[in-house]
Amino acid sequence: MIATADQIFVLLQHWLVSFLPAVLQPVAAVLLSVVGIVAVFPTLFALAVWMERKGLGRMQNRLGPNRVGPFGLLQPIADGIKSLTKEDIVPLSADAVVHFMAPVVLVVVVFMGIAVLPIGRNMTLVSMDSGLLFFFAMGASTELSVFMAGWSSRNKYSLLGAMRGVAQMISYEVPLLMSSVAVVMITGSLSLDKIVAAQNQYTWGLPHWYIFTPWGLAAFVMFAIAATAETNRSPFDLPEGESELVAGYFTEYSGFKFALFFLGEYVGMLSISGLGTTLFLGGWSAPFSILGFVPSWIWFFAKVMLSICVFIWVRGTLPRMRQDQLMNFAWKFVLPLTLLNLFVAALWRILGDGWQRWALCSAILLLAYGLMARIGMYREHIGPRKYRYAE
Amino acid sequence: MLGEGILKGLAETARNFAGSFVSADRLTTVQYPEQRIAPIEATRDFPFLVYDGADWEAGLRCVACQICEKECPPQCIYIVKSTDKKPDYVGKQQFYPARFDIDISVCMSCQICVEVCPFEAIKMDTEFELSTTDRFGGLLHDRKELAKSNEHYHKIHPTEALEVDARLAEEKAKTEAKAKAAAAKAAAPPGTAAAAPQKPVPAAPGETTA
Repeated sequence: MIATADQIFVLLQHWLVSFLPAVLQPVAAVLLSVVGIVAVFPTLFALAVWMERKGLGRMQNRLGPNRVGPFGLLQPIADGIKSLTKEDIVPLSADAVVHFMAPVVLVVVVFMGIAVLPIGRNMTLVSMDSGLLFFFAMGASTELSVFMAGWSSRNKYSLLGAMRGVAQMISYEVPLLMSSVAVVMITGSLSLDKIVAAQNQYTWGLPHWYIFTPWGLAAFVMFAIAATAETNRSPFDLPEGESELVAGYFTEYSGFKFALFFLGEYVGMLSISGLGTTLFLGGWSAPFSILGFVPSWIWFFAKVMLSICVFIWVRGTLPRMRQDQLMNFAWKFVLPLTLLNLFVAALWRILGDGWQRWALCSAILLLAYGLMARIGMYREHIGPRKYRYAE
Repeated sequence: MLGEGILKGLAETARNFAGSFVSADRLTTVQYPEQRIAPIEATRDFPFLVYDGADWEAGLRCVACQICEKECPPQCIYIVKSTDKKPDYVGKQQFYPARFDIDISVCMSCQICVEVCPFEAIKMDTEFELSTTDRFGGLLHDRKELAKSNEHYHKIHPTEALEVDARLAEEKAKTEAKAKAAAAKAAAPPGTAAAAPQKPVPAAPGETTA
């Protein structure tokens, strides 16, 4: 019974496919999975938008949307209908083909990244040996879409937004990759299935998730920072800084193309949360061994939605950064720490079991963090603000 | 320590998030069409024409002097002066506006028309639910739509309306006193005419207090 609930979608797929002739079965199986992903993730996108609007509202002591449906739950549907009925405007001087392709490329690329994520036990659409590499290749392609949108719109705000976006995404791609490499070093595999399997072990009922190790925690924090910047979320939402750039690279988009950008952005958030979950939070594995009876896919989606909540929380808290702060933070703070973290991960592996590696690795990371913070704060004159008054 | 401020900020938003569920008085917004906040006394949006008495057409204070029309920065007022005259609040024969239109889609709520009006005839309203399905005709208010009673003015801006009423009463009393003095002068024998010019000045305050 428990096994059936866990594998219900796999069994359903097998059962549906079994009606077809044997030649068509592999293709049909893949198509079914694709349909599943394309149905589930936009639903989660709608839910995430609703959560975001409600959550941000509550953080600002408002109620948030509450008119359409119970608790405003149908608000995303109303928004969808609205964007479908809006006029699709293409600027006269825009490069129409590229302008049209940009949102499509974004959505396609973002969905392709999801293909390698293990959504549950035996529920990876494409079980690739180099899954992580594929994910990053797809993640990097979103930059292409951003620049296509910015360039083809022929609008200075779009172009500036796109340039900011590309600069930011390339800068944060490096720490994102570097923090994931630590996981690869420990697991010894680029396959996301194997990474989850390595974390799906329990000692005294507690899981072996990588976040519960010193290097894993450090890598997770830096991964989260880089992922926030990758998805252009606040406080790194400079590419669409509405106070100076109207809406950044999608200034010239309206109607359904705008909705596609919106979808791409949120599905990108969901997929990068999925990757973070897979790498550090044990993917589909249960947080306690006694909770193993709950289907694996529920755990995966619960962790992803929890990450989304953290994204929303951070958005509700932090103001937007400045461009130079953003770049300095990536290259002078996060990147050195991720590089150090690689050595710490190597040390962790070399030292073997025992309390010594816990102490040593934690000490190195804490020391480095403290030192970097001190130096950085000293250089940037960050600290208690001193006011100077004109005499 | 670096990152301390972020944690503090996160705690603050979390406190607001949780607090908004617990205490309703934290909520800064109201559910608008059902719940309303009464506008504060200084609220103003678009001008209206004040009339005295029951009949709006007879009671309009406006004398079609067209000062507001000339002063209006966005030129949203259009006035056609009447050819005949009607008595104003002191009984003097005055012109009245045959047409008085304000295009509220052009009006920028600057209140200059109110400030320049010597007759206290145009005042700022607080009515803001003026949306309409006709964006040209619907937003062009004619004098009938603009005319609102002095009682309405008292309701929306009580302090200001009392001041205006006091001013008008003073004006009226002054005019009446002048009229009375003129009448007395006309009735008095021609021999005492030399002393007459001094008389009305002390007489006027005495008349108003009486």
